[in-house]
Amino acid sequence: MWFLAACSFERESAMPQPSISKTMTTGESGLSVVFAVTAFLSVIAAAKAVDAPFAFHATLFAIASVASVFCIVNRYFDRPAALPPAEINGRPNYNMGPIKFASFMAMFWGIAGFLVGLIIASQLAWPALNFDLPWTSFGRLRPLHTSAVIFAFGGNVLIATSFYVVQKSCRVRLAGDLAPWFVVLGYNFFILIAGTGYLLGVTQGKEYAEPEWYSDLWLTIVWVTYLLVFLVTVIKRKEPHIFVANWFYFAFIVTIAVLHLGNNPALPVSVFGSKSYVAWGGIQDAMFQWWYGHNAVGFFLTAGFLAIMYYFIPKRAERPIYSYRLSIIHFWALIFLYIWAGPHHLHYTALPDWTQTLGMTFSIMLWMPSWGGMINGLMTLSGAWDKLRTDPVLRMLVVSVAFYGMSTFEGPMMSIKVVNSLSHYTDWTIGHVHSGALGWVGFVSFGALYCLVPWAWNRKGLYSLKLVNWHFWIATLGIVLYISAMWVSGILQGLMWRAYTSLGFLEYSFIETVEAMHPFYIIRAAGGALFLLGALIMAYNLWMTVRVGEQEVQMPVALQPAE
Amino acid sequence: MSFWTRHQVFEKNSIILIVGILLVIAIGGLVEITPLFYLKSTIEKVDGVRPYTPLELAGRNVYVREGCYLCHSQMIRPLRDEVERYGHFSLAAESMFDHPFQWGSKRTGPDLARVGAKYSDDWHVTHLTNPRAIVPQSVMPGYPFLKEAEVDPDTIADHMKTLRVVGVPYSDDQIANAGADLKAQADPDNAGSDAFSKRYAKAVVRNFDGKAGAPTEMDALIAYLQMLGTLVDFKIYNEKANLR
Repeated sequence: MWFLAACSFERESAMPQPSISKTMTTGESGLSVVFAVTAFLSVIAAAKAVDAPFAFHATLFAIASVASVFCIVNRYFDRPAALPPAEINGRPNYNMGPIKFASFMAMFWGIAGFLVGLIIASQLAWPALNFDLPWTSFGRLRPLHTSAVIFAFGGNVLIATSFYVVQKSCRVRLAGDLAPWFVVLGYNFFILIAGTGYLLGVTQGKEYAEPEWYSDLWLTIVWVTYLLVFLVTVIKRKEPHIFVANWFYFAFIVTIAVLHLGNNPALPVSVFGSKSYVAWGGIQDAMFQWWYGHNAVGFFLTAGFLAIMYYFIPKRAERPIYSYRLSIIHFWALIFLYIWAGPHHLHYTALPDWTQTLGMTFSIMLWMPSWGGMINGLMTLSGAWDKLRTDPVLRMLVVSVAFYGMSTFEGPMMSIKVVNSLSHYTDWTIGHVHSGALGWVGFVSFGALYCLVPWAWNRKGLYSLKLVNWHFWIATLGIVLYISAMWVSGILQGLMWRAYTSLGFLEYSFIETVEAMHPFYIIRAAGGALFLLGALIMAYNLWMTVRVGEQEVQMPVALQPAE
Repeated sequence: MSFWTRHQVFEKNSIILIVGILLVIAIGGLVEITPLFYLKSTIEKVDGVRPYTPLELAGRNVYVREGCYLCHSQMIRPLRDEVERYGHFSLAAESMFDHPFQWGSKRTGPDLARVGAKYSDDWHVTHLTNPRAIVPQSVMPGYPFLKEAEVDPDTIADHMKTLRVVGVPYSDDQIANAGADLKAQADPDNAGSDAFSKRYAKAVVRNFDGKAGAPTEMDALIAYLQMLGTLVDFKIYNEKANLR
């Protein structure tokens, strides 16, 4: 479906060119052959599959490969003889097609992910909603929620913004002709395979790394292409310096590749089956997992979104970044310290004490570079604070940085072993994650998309700033309900677990602590519903911006491509 | 040349920037992870821990597939209330054959590291089918479909062979008899159950789901749950020798 959508996005950019003899590029012919072979191999894999989900996924691979060949060939016949030029009249001819597609998918997956979150939150309040079916039970929907919001929503925001920022800050057209399309389409295909897999029970059983071996291999190919597109664009840049945001994008792309490869080496039981066993076992697997898991937070949800902060806040506030030197220090300190923090997910477990202590120490130190980023973001507003009153998009961006500061204080605090002995295994962790995820990642993404959509589609502005205001307040209220409910339930449950009677017996049975959570689970679901409602308002606003928004008049009009 | 001028080498060369990033992020992982593979004190020396039986392994795969680890931990911390609630704190050795580990990170439900032999098979069948039939306040999903799904005895040997490659010490004997052992563990009248018991110390042979016929996923999951935390005998476990 989105292959067709992509084709139409691409066709928009076609424009008449003086005729020269038209030939297929190496990329077009090469990729067509590769996809044709993939289609053939996928059909064989589907026929020989040892389990039904694998057969289903092989079929999806076959369909997607055939669709890719069709799209490439179709585009070849539709396009003028020459590929879009890198420059028109001395101005870079930016490639907006893949950015538009990724922005659209980000909004789509965001709403899907928030909706599944609301469903599983409701399941915890009213367990009948599990319906006693395999594909609707909490255990399968929870990875669908986390992957949809982190990797599908967050990932598409990161790809869209990184492709935009790298072009603008390097003043050069995105590298590659088909490669950027391969990245956005291939990444979303990975999401499709992973997500449908969860519902069918295909999982590695490692949190935030649930996709099985073949999805992991596919993601590796897509990710390396992503790095190459980004890197080659930077290499071709017209600016002597690499802009700060691009350092953070680099750290994000490179480190996620390292983490993905380190955490996921697995041996499939059959090359025609979905099940595999990870190479690491027991304690080493635990350490690899949380080295990966915490740095998915550190490099996917932090470094990548800090890059967004470093471009979109100065741009929207029309102010330079507060301190260039602070950004240098906090960049290196952040990426150096973050990677050590994993063991705080394993306090008081069978992981050796020395590793736990290292993890705790570095987590506390991490507070400093995190706040360095927050200060740099907030202080960029100096001299422009009045804009918070009039521009709800800027307000969203700034509040996201405030949430970032709050959760990066809470995180180091929770990594202290005594605090962790209370908070671990409880809803406090869930509350902490969501203050970061909804407040920081969510709001900075919303703010960035509110900026990006009018820019990418060449619109004068958003359809309605009033609706942005509504979105902001509804979502903020939702977040406050969500995180305060989880703080209370988490600390309450932690205290109930360790409560003793005066005679020295444990005061509460486990199920009494579950029962005590019920009201907070309802409040949490209500908070999630508000957050989802806000996102629906946003989707409407963006849709109307693209559909009825006034065209930005660019000089010279005729020579600027419409894409 | 000031520090800020020197830093321009990263700001002006994308490849140097990438190499710099790679070096900086490599350190923490290398220091924290590599020693765990060779420091002898990492995994305690204990008797009794063995690889899963074919039926338990099939049950563990159901546990992983249904995402049980998202609500149940398998890691008891050495804190007074946890040890009193769940039993002896978990040892690294107890999960050394686990690919992947299932320590979990959240206790929406109770810890399961030592749930083995705490409840009857009947209790588990009823509870897994409809948790609220036994615990009215429970928020756990029901898994009635496990009773209907049969476990495939023909492919389990392939699973064990794969696990052997990644380091689980299954013997040739265990792999050769995997399919038969899978059926034998869920059927006390099976002629092969004596040979099975010899291959897997402390393995329990019972008709776990109480139904006649081929082993179901319910059999497998309960066989797995009933062995959790039962392999190490803490009466003879040398706490001092393994103090870390």
